[in-house]
Amino acid sequence: MDPGAALVILAVVCAVAWIVSAPLRAGGEQVSSERDDRVAELRARRDAKYREIRDAQLDLDTGKLSEEDHRGLDRQLRREAADILRELDEAES
Amino acid sequence: MATVGRALLILALLAAAYGIVASIYGAVRGRPEWVASGRRAVYAVAALATGAFAILEIAFLRSDFSFQTVWAHSSTTTPTFYKGAAAWSSQEGSLLLWLWLLSLWSSLVLFLTRRQLRRVAPYATAVLLGFAAFFSALLVFKVSPFHTLAMVPAEGKGLNPLLRHPSMMIHPPMLYSGYTLFAIPFAFAIGALIAGQVGAADWIRSTRRFALAAWFFLGIGVMLGARWSYAELGWGGYWAWDPVENASLLPWLTGTAFLHSIMIQEKRGMLKIWNVSLVLATGILAIMGTFLVRSGILDSIHAFGASTLGLPFVMLIGVLIVGSIGLVVYRREALRSENKLDSMLSREAIFLGNNLVLVGLAFVVFWGTFWPLIAEALTGTRRALGPPWFDRYTVPLALVLVLLSGIGPIIAWRRATKANARRNFLVPTALALGLGVVLAAFGAASRPLALLMFVVGGFVVFSVGQEFWRGVGARRAMTNENPAAALLSLVARNRRRYGGYLVHVGMAVLFIGVAASTAFRDARDVQMNPGETARVGDYEFRYVNATSRAQFTNAGNLEKISLGAVVEVRKDGKKVTTLRPDRGFYPSTDDSLGPIGRYLAGEATSEIGLKAGMRKDLWVAMTPNIRAYEPTIEEGNRVFTALQGKVPAEETGAAIGLALRNRIIEPYRNDPPPATFRYIVSPLVTWIWLGALIVFGGGLVAMWPGPDAARRRARARAAARVAEDLGRTQARSTA
Repeated sequence: MDPGAALVILAVVCAVAWIVSAPLRAGGEQVSSERDDRVAELRARRDAKYREIRDAQLDLDTGKLSEEDHRGLDRQLRREAADILRELDEAES
Repeated sequence: MATVGRALLILALLAAAYGIVASIYGAVRGRPEWVASGRRAVYAVAALATGAFAILEIAFLRSDFSFQTVWAHSSTTTPTFYKGAAAWSSQEGSLLLWLWLLSLWSSLVLFLTRRQLRRVAPYATAVLLGFAAFFSALLVFKVSPFHTLAMVPAEGKGLNPLLRHPSMMIHPPMLYSGYTLFAIPFAFAIGALIAGQVGAADWIRSTRRFALAAWFFLGIGVMLGARWSYAELGWGGYWAWDPVENASLLPWLTGTAFLHSIMIQEKRGMLKIWNVSLVLATGILAIMGTFLVRSGILDSIHAFGASTLGLPFVMLIGVLIVGSIGLVVYRREALRSENKLDSMLSREAIFLGNNLVLVGLAFVVFWGTFWPLIAEALTGTRRALGPPWFDRYTVPLALVLVLLSGIGPIIAWRRATKANARRNFLVPTALALGLGVVLAAFGAASRPLALLMFVVGGFVVFSVGQEFWRGVGARRAMTNENPAAALLSLVARNRRRYGGYLVHVGMAVLFIGVAASTAFRDARDVQMNPGETARVGDYEFRYVNATSRAQFTNAGNLEKISLGAVVEVRKDGKKVTTLRPDRGFYPSTDDSLGPIGRYLAGEATSEIGLKAGMRKDLWVAMTPNIRAYEPTIEEGNRVFTALQGKVPAEETGAAIGLALRNRIIEPYRNDPPPATFRYIVSPLVTWIWLGALIVFGGGLVAMWPGPDAARRRARARAAARVAEDLGRTQARSTA
């Protein structure tokens, strides 16, 4: 094997080992807790619910929903969003 | 450098194996530092694969023929663009491309989710590294791109002439981007199943854009393949239901279904089993697509031919199928729907219908593609299924699919009232039926299925047009913007919705193009001499004269012989255009064909004469009659075989070039034997490519992230309204 190639390979092996083992050497990796996962999950559900509320508004504006249908649906969606927000408040506090 | 490349691949394999163990250990034992180390192994694999790919690319660009794969797939005369792309024209190079793209996308998604999905991400990391380890192992133990030749040749074998087309060079990276991007939601679905987080919205949100990007790139790859087929293969079509074409279509169909039904899970917590099954099936089909091209298991113009990779791929696919089914069954309780369908008259119901049709289409294509294998296993006889079989089942399904894609945009989520639905359907339906009546009056009724596609395609365009019209109107009522500004801000604020609408319009335009070009094309194969005319449809094609050309390398060697024709096209006596089809002959390396014969018996490519337009394509391919020159070729073979060893090679090469010029190339131009022409007059072919552009434009709009400020404003408005509701609720409860 060419000595230059051997040197390059050795350097790469050392670099890979160094990078991959860094968290093990540093220890105490900052990672999300179960609480953080729960909060992230609730935020995702909250955003999806807000999107539904906007979609319903757009459905009303483009004539796919009557005023009456939209009122009922909007109320239902906001109730669902409020439930999620309560859960989110509890999870964050 | 080859040694370094080989070492990088071995390191990638080792890093992937380590990362799998570290990620799973970290997840099971709750040790986040090991999970982080596993994630860094993904980054390491990406860096190592990048280094290996760069070494291979540099070897191709430098025409370093000490690399066997460079010698086998390139030459000093290959244009630089094709040299760079030739890396993935080989089995080894394409597998390395797969590994490289997989590692890049994996690194990206794991970096973006490094502080989220604590329980899901480690298992997803292990799955992605599992794929990386598989492909690294193939490259290390089976098909290395870094095999070197003991004796370095001065010249390479050159790129397969059929691949010397820009779309064919971009086609593999697009396809592989699609396949590897579909591995991301697959891996996270597996992670969610293992971790028991299957209902979570977060893993879906984190990977949805990757699924959309996969759909986007895979779709582009499929369309580039179709375009190459039309422009290069000389048969006049763009889709032959070839097994490798089908293999790339299958994950695209199930991926499309997933992108629709995932919206229902996000909104209503429904279809969890369906969605997880779809995303797992899509990932497996992406691997199967790669398997079909690599193994040579099915006959195809595309396949790389038989190889030793069949068994490893079959084993991998087996593990994926068994593992996926096992996990879904294990988690079936957690995958129960949280809600039921509110109404059959709802967008959810239409999406469900659309899903069933897409999966039905995928099943038909799957069955038709793998039937030769199944038949061979059962009866011992291989029977291929051709386009008529596929068309019989896919055409009706495609009609239903297009119809549903027009209904979806104009029906509300959750529940639409009949009165509202009637109001929304009235104008698009009336316009579509009116269009049908007009087209029928102009003769389209002679092809009822095509007419039906025009009507449903028209319905899609009109219904989406109505959506844009009303949306712009609503926006202008709120903001007083001019129509153009209102349209831009409407789309910008609702990218997913209006991007999706554009995709539907694009698909309708594409299907209209397919229906018209299939049902109403006029084609004719005819043998002609110069001066003769053939009538095809309303057009007259006159073979004016023959053409011939020889292309030489810088060193003076004959590289290509082109024999062609000048064809003048007239309609009602007026000249429309002049077309110049030809057939290019590249020398074969097979010495048994003889010193002269190898120049005309090697790979041949068709250069099509094409005049494309919005209304019609005029398409010509020609095949010169080489057999008329067989006595001349045999005589030349005898003469030059006798000279071998007696005359220096450079002089022989020059003499062969001169002989070919004097005895074949020049005579062909002056007095050609009758040539065979294929003439096709086909309406609306351009609509297929235009439709595809609209589809991918819509896809880009849908996946483009909105600016943070706009997202915050939209969220804040909705939040304010909900907060108001919360405030009223709290006030009532404390009163």
